[in-house]
Amino acid sequence: MTTIALERLDPSSRAAARGWSDLTIRNVFIIPTIVFLIVFNIFPLLYSLGYSFTDFRASVSAPANFVGLDNYKRLLSDPNIWRNFTVTAKYVIVSVGGQMIVGFGIALLLNRAFPFKGLFTTLLLLPMMMSMAVVGLFWKLLYDPSWGIINYALGLGRFDWLSNPDMALYAVAITDIWMWSPFVMLLSLAGLSAVPKHLYEAAAIDRASSWYTFTRITLPLVAPMLLIALIFRTMEAFKSFDLPFIMSGQPTTEVIAIRLYKMAFQEWQTGLSCALAYIMLIVVIAITNIYIKYLNRVKER
Amino acid sequence: MAAVQTPRQRIANRLAIVAVIVTTIIFLAPIYWIATTAFKPRALATTVPPTVVFQPEITPFIKLFTKRVQLTQPVDEEVYEAAPWWEKRILDGGERVLRVGDSVQLSAYPDRFLNSLIIAVTSTLLAVSMGTLTAYGFSRFRVPGEQDWLFFILSTRMLPPVVVAIPMFLMYRAVGMTDTHLGLIILYTAFNLSFVVWLMKGFIDEIPREYEEAALVDGYTRMQAFFKIVLPEAATGIAATGVFCFIIAWNEYAFALMLTNRDAQTAPPFIPAQVGSGLTDWTTIAAGTFLFLLPVAIFTFLLRNHLLRGMSFGAIRK
Repeated sequence: MTTIALERLDPSSRAAARGWSDLTIRNVFIIPTIVFLIVFNIFPLLYSLGYSFTDFRASVSAPANFVGLDNYKRLLSDPNIWRNFTVTAKYVIVSVGGQMIVGFGIALLLNRAFPFKGLFTTLLLLPMMMSMAVVGLFWKLLYDPSWGIINYALGLGRFDWLSNPDMALYAVAITDIWMWSPFVMLLSLAGLSAVPKHLYEAAAIDRASSWYTFTRITLPLVAPMLLIALIFRTMEAFKSFDLPFIMSGQPTTEVIAIRLYKMAFQEWQTGLSCALAYIMLIVVIAITNIYIKYLNRVKER
Repeated sequence: MAAVQTPRQRIANRLAIVAVIVTTIIFLAPIYWIATTAFKPRALATTVPPTVVFQPEITPFIKLFTKRVQLTQPVDEEVYEAAPWWEKRILDGGERVLRVGDSVQLSAYPDRFLNSLIIAVTSTLLAVSMGTLTAYGFSRFRVPGEQDWLFFILSTRMLPPVVVAIPMFLMYRAVGMTDTHLGLIILYTAFNLSFVVWLMKGFIDEIPREYEEAALVDGYTRMQAFFKIVLPEAATGIAATGVFCFIIAWNEYAFALMLTNRDAQTAPPFIPAQVGSGLTDWTTIAAGTFLFLLPVAIFTFLLRNHLLRGMSFGAIRK
């Protein structure tokens, strides 16, 4: 077979005889992706970094003036921006905390043999696969104060969820918990199924209490998976835009991504919004770093 | 768990299974509610107490696809009799279908649905083909600073969409690419590319190198070995990755909201925008939502064994 292949090719070139060299293939396979990502992700970020030092407004044709660090100073001394960050932090804590408890709780329930276990697991995973925009929309229907099914099912009368400034954030967080607890459940189940059975058997022989077994065997062994879920969900919740934007227009649900959207696409304060985008980016990069480092550590085991 | 259960453990087990069933019902209730609303007569969608038992009808779907106006006066009996069955449903609801000449005017929904389909499919094909090659490159060859490059690739995925959308909007506007299919396809390809590289690298790492080496000894070129040995071996992984990319692009909202408004608008920003004040017809909106969620529900079942791997970017394998 080798001889046939060689005969058909120019014998003077060894590379031609064996096709492209490994080095060429590596470069042809990898470089386009890297270039693509740089052009469409990193270059735009540099572009907006430049604008973050100007007073540019995309809605008018006036040229941008260099203003130095003024945008950053203005944002960091603006109490409203701090309020947006506070709202975001509250949202992250409530929704991620809820997801961890509900998700891990369901995983503990599922972690046993029973008929149709696979079907139940897949059905429970459905919410996280759906579009956040559409989920937000139909939860609005469920939350309707006068004819919504939630108030009827819970017997709450005409309780106001989304247009009540004190309740709106929690209402959105409940939807987020509904959507993303399955994610925590999925990772927890993987962690739970990896706990060696003989540890439980040994504990049973020693007549250890179930509380002892849970806190000394289950929890420590599942902890790495729970931590991955926690960091990933924290990162995603910090970036939240779709759900609070669609579900509520309340200032009490104006997370940082919504403020950024309004600043850039409704108020057209392009320069200022680029600066805010960078402030947000720094926080995201910090959380991402922790996440990827941790993911790599778990992967190595 | 010990093989022999004490009576107490058996009871605890039974209770846990009951709890699983109850939880599943609670979790699926919102989806069930939106799905049934899509088949309700309009008058029953917003009743107090909520209507659970009703005669399902497909009128919401007929309305979803047609452009309609409110009737100002009742239609003539002959006109009503001459109308096809589906049009009678609309006339019954006090509306009439808009026509240009003889052809029925379609609503914007099929258009947006088609946009979603075109953009999701194209970006998936692009991301999967580019990403699989890159994953192979990282899996099989020595790359200087490999970990750093992989880290870089994954970090692009974590960027908040709003942050990327601002400069992309300015750049697209400068070259006339706002509200184009290509604009969203590029962004979704970039968004999914890092996901594909990470996921596919895991799948390709699992294919023994010996397969290719044997092929190389047999006189295959490296490219032939890649196309004829590695790709067929990786087919399941490629399919799972592709379905994931499709779902991600299909569901995406923020980029579509900021970079399109009509011609290339996808379904996620379109469907919620239909909720007006006062006279919102929830049955039609539910019908649109139902059709939009259906492919995702089907794909979730197809993907069920790969969900963990996909959601963890290939880091956790089962």
